[in-house]
Amino acid sequence: MVEQSNESAFAHEQTDHASAELHHHHSHATASKHIGGHHLLQVENLGVSFSMYDSSDRCFFRARKRTVQVIHDLSVSVHAGEIVAVVGASGSGKTLLADSVLGLFEPNATVTGTIWFDGRQCDARDLERLRGRGISLVPQSSANLDPLMKVGRQVRGVAKDAEDAKRRAALQRELFARYGLEPQVANLYPFELSGGMVRRVLLCCALVDEPKLIVADEPTPGLDLDLAVRALDDLRSFADGGGGVLLITHDIELALRVADRVAVFKDGTVVEETAVANFASPDLLRHPFTKELWRALPDHDFDIPKGGGTC
Amino acid sequence: MLEALDIRFAYPGDRPLYDGFSLSVDKGERVALSSPSGTGKTTLCRILSGYLRPQQGRVLVDGVALPKRGACPVQLIGQHPERMVDPRMRMRAVLEEAGPVRSDLCEALGIREEWMLRHPHELSGGELQRFCIVRALASNPRYLICDETTAMLDAVTQAQVWRFLMEYTSDREIGVLLVSHSPALLRRVATRMVEL
Repeated sequence: MVEQSNESAFAHEQTDHASAELHHHHSHATASKHIGGHHLLQVENLGVSFSMYDSSDRCFFRARKRTVQVIHDLSVSVHAGEIVAVVGASGSGKTLLADSVLGLFEPNATVTGTIWFDGRQCDARDLERLRGRGISLVPQSSANLDPLMKVGRQVRGVAKDAEDAKRRAALQRELFARYGLEPQVANLYPFELSGGMVRRVLLCCALVDEPKLIVADEPTPGLDLDLAVRALDDLRSFADGGGGVLLITHDIELALRVADRVAVFKDGTVVEETAVANFASPDLLRHPFTKELWRALPDHDFDIPKGGGTC
Repeated sequence: MLEALDIRFAYPGDRPLYDGFSLSVDKGERVALSSPSGTGKTTLCRILSGYLRPQQGRVLVDGVALPKRGACPVQLIGQHPERMVDPRMRMRAVLEEAGPVRSDLCEALGIREEWMLRHPHELSGGELQRFCIVRALASNPRYLICDETTAMLDAVTQAQVWRFLMEYTSDREIGVLLVSHSPALLRRVATRMVEL
């Protein structure tokens, strides 16, 4: 993380958040709350680049290194009590944003920018410490579960003491019941679960830590509509209870159902941040890519942009 | 005609997912399979494409059982592309599993030349899925099973992939069985719906 001076940190806390309709690159929704006068999560000017070997070099041993910039100038913020959906093209770096907030950096990645969590500026070590103790991730892939551990134990996680262990066990049973997972599912291994069941287990893993912020990376594919809505409703009630949710998804229809604000992501940066209400009509959307997304929805025109699209 | 006749399948120690289930997909048809999560849709897709054997019943392609050798005439495009590719192969080698690389297909699905030398973990889920589609089509299947094929793609890419698949399969009279949780997408794509 790049260091920011104390004066600018102070300046940010002095900003009048309530009256400013649009300040430091984002808008506000009615549910947005500034508890303690700051955002729950604020990411400013995030950049992620990777150093890779240049595969066009002919000789394997003399291949030079080059850097590939994947995310640039990305700013997004989450207030307490709201869901911010990040929607965008596949391969535009949405998952990298989640990894950056969690402090999960690949060894060959260079990350720049500032991340604030709950009024504190965080460096990589702080973010690592917050993992599971304030920020929880709902990961994208079923590969994130330990294949050799029964899912009940994975959901309960690591307890601090005997009392905490009891609380976690009770919470795990309650969460399983709420998501329609039968009690005996706790005794199964990940490979015995269907795709939809894995999603629910991953969501339970995040909720059991009772975090302030949930970063959900594609939590719904593979769930049937009913369950997807229930999972998102749970994120909604988590937000209504004062938590914040960064919902990373490509499923705009579902995102619009629960989110307060939508950040549209393309080619490694946020091109437009807009209120959910603006998705009622393409005329209210500013950026051409957002309009393209709107038109491509199966419920709208199922249209692909002229010129072959922007894959 | 792709036919599943009297299929019975149960995972060890569990009650059967289905018993005496039959289904047929005609040439050029796009059949949507719908049922709640965890009721065996993916298992059925794997049975139809020869990855799993049913405990009872048969799978017939144009009246003949699935071949034991060579490319299967029923190709599966799975829900998790990261599990369908060898993690140690570069993407060009992944495509060559189905014969010479079909550049026309790569172009239609927006696969960039620079991705060819990457390993699967260096691509996003959506990018990887396009390779899986090209690989499946390159073996000239007669039937295609699409299990949540576009679930990890954004709306623009989803529309692009499905427009392409619809045109490609109806030109060549390829029968399609598709699974998706989005009713809006099924209404757009499917010609017939089947409940499991």
